[in-house]
Amino acid sequence: MATRLLRPVTGSADGEPRLSGDLQPTGDLQLTGPERAVAVTEHESSAAVEVRGLRREFGGRAVIDGLDLTVAPGEFVALLGRSGCGKSTLLRVLAGIDLDVAGAVSVPRRRAVAFQEPRLLPWKRVWRNVALGLRGEDARGRVLAALDEVGLDHRVDAWPLTLSGGEAQRAALARALVREPDLLLLDEPCASLDALTRLRMQALIADLWERHAPAVVLVTHDVDEALALADRALVMSDGVISEDVAIHAARPRRPADPEILALRAHLLELLGVPTPAAS
Amino acid sequence: MPASESTALAVTEPPSSPPAPPAAGAEATVAPRTVAPRTSAPAVAVGAADAPSGAPAGAGPSRRRPEIETLRAAGGGRRRRPVPRWLRRASGPVLLLALWQLGSSTGFISAQTLTSPATVVTTAWDMIKDGSLVDGLLVSLRRVAYGLLFGGIAGLVLAVISGLFRAGEDLVDAPMQMLRTLPFLGLIPLLIIWFGIGETSKIVLVSLGVAFPIYLNTYAAIRDVDGRLVEAAGTLGLRRLELVRHVILPGALPGMLVGLRYSLGVAWLALVIAEQVNADKGLGYLMMNAREFLQTDVITVCLIVYSLLGLATDMLVRLLEKGALSWRRGFSGQ
Ligand SMILES: Nc1ncnc2c1ncn2[C@@H]1O[C@H](COP(=O)(O)OP(=O)(O)OP(=O)(O)O)[C@@H](O)[C@H]1O
Ligand SMILES: [Mg+2]
Repeated sequence: MATRLLRPVTGSADGEPRLSGDLQPTGDLQLTGPERAVAVTEHESSAAVEVRGLRREFGGRAVIDGLDLTVAPGEFVALLGRSGCGKSTLLRVLAGIDLDVAGAVSVPRRRAVAFQEPRLLPWKRVWRNVALGLRGEDARGRVLAALDEVGLDHRVDAWPLTLSGGEAQRAALARALVREPDLLLLDEPCASLDALTRLRMQALIADLWERHAPAVVLVTHDVDEALALADRALVMSDGVISEDVAIHAARPRRPADPEILALRAHLLELLGVPTPAAS
Repeated sequence: MPASESTALAVTEPPSSPPAPPAAGAEATVAPRTVAPRTSAPAVAVGAADAPSGAPAGAGPSRRRPEIETLRAAGGGRRRRPVPRWLRRASGPVLLLALWQLGSSTGFISAQTLTSPATVVTTAWDMIKDGSLVDGLLVSLRRVAYGLLFGGIAGLVLAVISGLFRAGEDLVDAPMQMLRTLPFLGLIPLLIIWFGIGETSKIVLVSLGVAFPIYLNTYAAIRDVDGRLVEAAGTLGLRRLELVRHVILPGALPGMLVGLRYSLGVAWLALVIAEQVNADKGLGYLMMNAREFLQTDVITVCLIVYSLLGLATDMLVRLLEKGALSWRRGFSGQ
């Protein structure tokens, strides 16, 4: 797995001009950034995502402050936390969109994002959207295969604005998958779907993850979704990962599994939602 | 989630009243504490909040009978009068023509003020036969075409430069915004001094009129492209040029076409003025000539040709929009 270093310092070592563009030295953490970054590169084969001392400010207010995170290759991690705690911000940093940070971040070079909204280009047909930026042999064939995998083979030539919400989300998922990423970043991909479609979408994500085995970071507000899919559930608060709960239950997961039920109560408690069952 | 299902239930419920009143009653008693009912029974809270829409808040437990409206299906069913759309749209202009003819025939409108539609038609036919109309038309069309070409390209290029690059914006936008306030038709004397009274000064005037609407609309449209789409496309590994080609320009296309339509209107306007100030051929020249001999029929024919040209070019752009923007699902009127 090719792991690339995203360093928030000018004159980036990996020679990627895009990275050195919008960087802004922030705070004293920036001084320790390069040293830590070097330390991270040494471990590049062992982890897919390695974040050390990440800090992101918006107008002087630190939303992420000294965050550490490690995700193993092929590991499925769910990220929970209150609205506004910085989950999407962290995801954008991992995606390499937001480089205005201090700290050290290393992520796989092949990474793909599915945002909370599908963000399909309305002026390109579905398959063209999925094929966007795709290089190499037989792009259309790979696109059709990806669309088939998410069950959209009948909507290949449709305009995005004519898709239903669930279809658009699946198209966005296909667009991420077709890149065969080593890191898949999902920002609440099921949040705007109805209960049934959401269950189907979760099953689809689980299936695709098992087949392609990328490392996944899934942002969600839904504890049940995290328990159904993830190897680990992380709770984010006060700008750091405050809780790290391993989920060992066997797959496919059943909600009624006592182990899952116990974890559910535990996670809800961590999130500040006391349940009657949590006693 | 159970919440969505129960919402649906509560909405369909009102017609069958039996189970409802307790809900409304419960809501009324709890009313002072606004947020409280949420956690206990979302279905009840939603149903009760929906039901007395329009009634005052603490009206009491009695449930108002809802006003029932039968919705008529828009399509599919048999419509009574299938008058084609174009016919309906044509009725207004036809009525106007009829009134005009009536006014001329009864002598209410004198021939010196405005000749009758019938005379206009015969005059037009005469002018077509002797070739003067076609000649003038071709000359005018040529001027507009060149003006559109040069002005359009200039406006487009400048808009792309200032739309895509901050440095370009600093360099280009401020002068453009300043020049835009200049009434460009006032430049005619200067243009005549610079370029003489030949074709060049007319084409330059049309180009000036065209460039600004194209520039302003394209620039605004580029800056209006959804940043989230650009960001998402960026994560797909598009190169800068691909980003412009696949995301930014198509996203700005609707705005560009608005600019094109607007600039077409300005182009004809600029041409009329330029040709009337000084010209030895073209539609405007025909009109000025006719003025000398008080030929209101010729003037009217030329005016009608101008407006038909405007109409035709507008339709052309509409057609272009229909083809290029077929992905849109906008509001198309009621
Ligand atoms: N571009 C920005 N400028 C200023 N503040 C921002 C910006 N982006 C995010 N923030 C702030 O950072 C905080 C974290 O935002 P973020 O979108 O990461 O939250 P989140 O955890 O994803 O929330 P949600 O679950 O509601 O999506 C919020 O308080 C938000 O207002
Ligand atoms: Mg978010």
